[in-house]
Amino acid sequence: MKHRSTYVFLSGVLIALGAGWAGFPYAIYESRPQPVDFSHKVHTGAGGMKCDDCHQLRPDGTFAGIPRLEKCAGCHAAAMGSTAEEKQFIDGYVTPKREVAWSVYARQPGNVYFPHGAHVKQAGLSCERCHGKHGQTETLRPYQEDRISGYSRDIWRGLTMGDCVACHEQHGIGQQGCLDCHK
Amino acid sequence: MTGKRYGMSIDIDRCTGCGACMVACAVENNVPPAPEGATDRKGITWMRVFPVDNGRDGPDRKSVFVPMLCQQCGQDAPCVSVCPQQAVQVDPATGIVGQMPERCLGCRYCMAACPYHARYFNWWDPAWPAGMEKTLNPNVAPRMRGVVEKCNFCHGRWHAAKERAVGRGAREIDPADYVPACVEACPTAAIRFGDLNDPRSPVAQAAQQSGSFRLLEKLGTEPKIYYHSAREWVREIGRAPAGKEQVHG
Repeated sequence: MKHRSTYVFLSGVLIALGAGWAGFPYAIYESRPQPVDFSHKVHTGAGGMKCDDCHQLRPDGTFAGIPRLEKCAGCHAAAMGSTAEEKQFIDGYVTPKREVAWSVYARQPGNVYFPHGAHVKQAGLSCERCHGKHGQTETLRPYQEDRISGYSRDIWRGLTMGDCVACHEQHGIGQQGCLDCHK
Repeated sequence: MTGKRYGMSIDIDRCTGCGACMVACAVENNVPPAPEGATDRKGITWMRVFPVDNGRDGPDRKSVFVPMLCQQCGQDAPCVSVCPQQAVQVDPATGIVGQMPERCLGCRYCMAACPYHARYFNWWDPAWPAGMEKTLNPNVAPRMRGVVEKCNFCHGRWHAAKERAVGRGAREIDPADYVPACVEACPTAAIRFGDLNDPRSPVAQAAQQSGSFRLLEKLGTEPKIYYHSAREWVREIGRAPAGKEQVHG
């Protein structure tokens, strides 16, 4: 065969590229399930709750993030329904007063300063603008953590610095200093 | 929230050299304790109190303490123009000279260019004694080895003040909410802070006061730190007249 070495080389390149392209995203992220199979849909749908019923701004303007067990126990001190998940949650966390170690999909690197108040309360953005339809999900998908950086994979789904800058430029909030969003 | 030009006034006549500002600064800004092997130039002190004297002996000897920090120069800050990475920026909204550790490549041109020696290089990765990491300030990200850092007027407190304003439903921050740690810690109120563009602020008034001066004014760096002393020899040191050796502690 005339070009044998060329074919061998090219197929090698293709295999390496394919492995890198398809395999690397799986190899780089470590996947772990959330401690409790929480359904947002049950709460926002039939429960009729809104995002800020649980994810609140504190009086000093800072964002409280995922509520503490105390908030859940306010309703779930005893079972409200008959699902096995709720019973597990009450027996495993509410009764022994053990905080749930949630993994936060949208957790940003430590040098990022993101004020929820300025975006939600002042600018009037909806939660879905950045978090998508998270409030309608029936189950919590596994949390994927970058093995090298330790960051959540979800940051690459609309929560990168490029996404922040694009939105700010679109709304004419340009000319910003770096330290406006970094700390 | 535009058009601010934050500045500081430091009354040298009131400074007792206690060093409370230095401690408060390091704690607020997550500056780790100096590791073993750190020398005078390798340690990190965004705020540093220097003892300075008039160079004479015996009864003629007079000395003062001069708190030194980034002088927050104007638009033509020397560190901004020499940085090859655009890692230093004069914030258009506040006038604060900010340093971005993520962009810094560690060349230290800015340290050579700074006439005030107010910039510090991270020779080591930050490390805190076991348990002390719990005292870290969540509003300030620790810096990594190989980058330069300096005073940024406690920028984390500016963020917090803005959040408090949002919490109240206000668009402007309450000046009382944004006070750097050194200002808060000074027991003699020698350091004051405020908006130089606001003629009613105590800092803007102190800047106009007689006996007020800025360090190395002849360089044209337009610092936003105004010192004050009623004594002529102290003001002369601030000018660093040619041919006179300055004495630093």
